[in-house]
Amino acid sequence: MVNRVIVGAHYGTRDWLAQRVTAAVMAVYVVVVLALAASRAPFTYESWKALFTHGGMRVATLLFALSLAWHAWVGVRDILMDYVKHDGLRLALQVLTVLLLAGYASWTIQILWR
Amino acid sequence: MSSAAAKKQRPKYLSLPAILFQIRLPLPGWVSILHRVSGALLVFPFAAWALYLLDVSLRSEQGFSRIREYMGMPLAKLGLLVFLWAGCHHFCAGIRYLALDLNKGIALRPARISSAVVIVASLALTALFAARLW
Repeated sequence: MVNRVIVGAHYGTRDWLAQRVTAAVMAVYVVVVLALAASRAPFTYESWKALFTHGGMRVATLLFALSLAWHAWVGVRDILMDYVKHDGLRLALQVLTVLLLAGYASWTIQILWR
Repeated sequence: MSSAAAKKQRPKYLSLPAILFQIRLPLPGWVSILHRVSGALLVFPFAAWALYLLDVSLRSEQGFSRIREYMGMPLAKLGLLVFLWAGCHHFCAGIRYLALDLNKGIALRPARISSAVVIVASLALTALFAARLW
C-alpha cells in the first residue's frame, strides 16, 4: 500500500503549468516578431517605430513581457532554491528578483505607451 | 505522520562546485544546466540590456542611429553574440522539454539524440543570426 505523506503548499502544479504556457506564448511571439521584422526591410527608424506603435503589437509585446516575468520568476526561484542554502540570503535574492521582474514589466509599459 | 515527513530530509541541495567539477554530466545533463545558465543570463543582464536598446532606439531618430553606432562596437557585438546564443539555446532546449512533458522522446536513445540536436541547432542558429546581423 502506498502511504503518501502530503507536504508542501501545493503551488507546484500551477507554477509548472504556468511556466510552460508562458513559454509557449513567448516562443510564438519571438517567431512572429522575427518574421515581421525581417519582412519590413529596409531597417529604418520609421519602420522600427511603426512596428512597435501598432496596436496589436503593443498588446502582444505586453503579453510577452508579462509572460516573461511570470516564467522567469518560476525559473529563478527554482535556481535559488537549488543553490542558495542560507534562508535569509535566498529570501533577499527572491525579493530582488520580484522587484527586478516587476521593474522590467513597468519599463516595457513605459516604452510601449510613450 | 510528522516524523515520516521529517525523515524525508528535504530539500536536497546540489552544490554548484559538485555540478561543475565532480559530476560527469551526460549530454541531456549539459542541455539542462545550459538551459539554467542561459535562462539566468537572459533574466540578467540581457533582458535589461534589450529593454535599454528598445527604449533608446524607439525614443527618437537620434537614439536609433546612436544604438546602431553602439551596436557596431566590438564589445557590444560580443555581448550580442552571447545574448543570441542564450536565447537560441533556451528556446531550443525549451521546445525539447515541452516535447518531453508530452512523453515524446523520453527513451534513452532519442533523449540523447535530441539533446545533441539542441546543442548543435542553437549554435547553428546563433551563427545564422550573427551572419545576418554582421
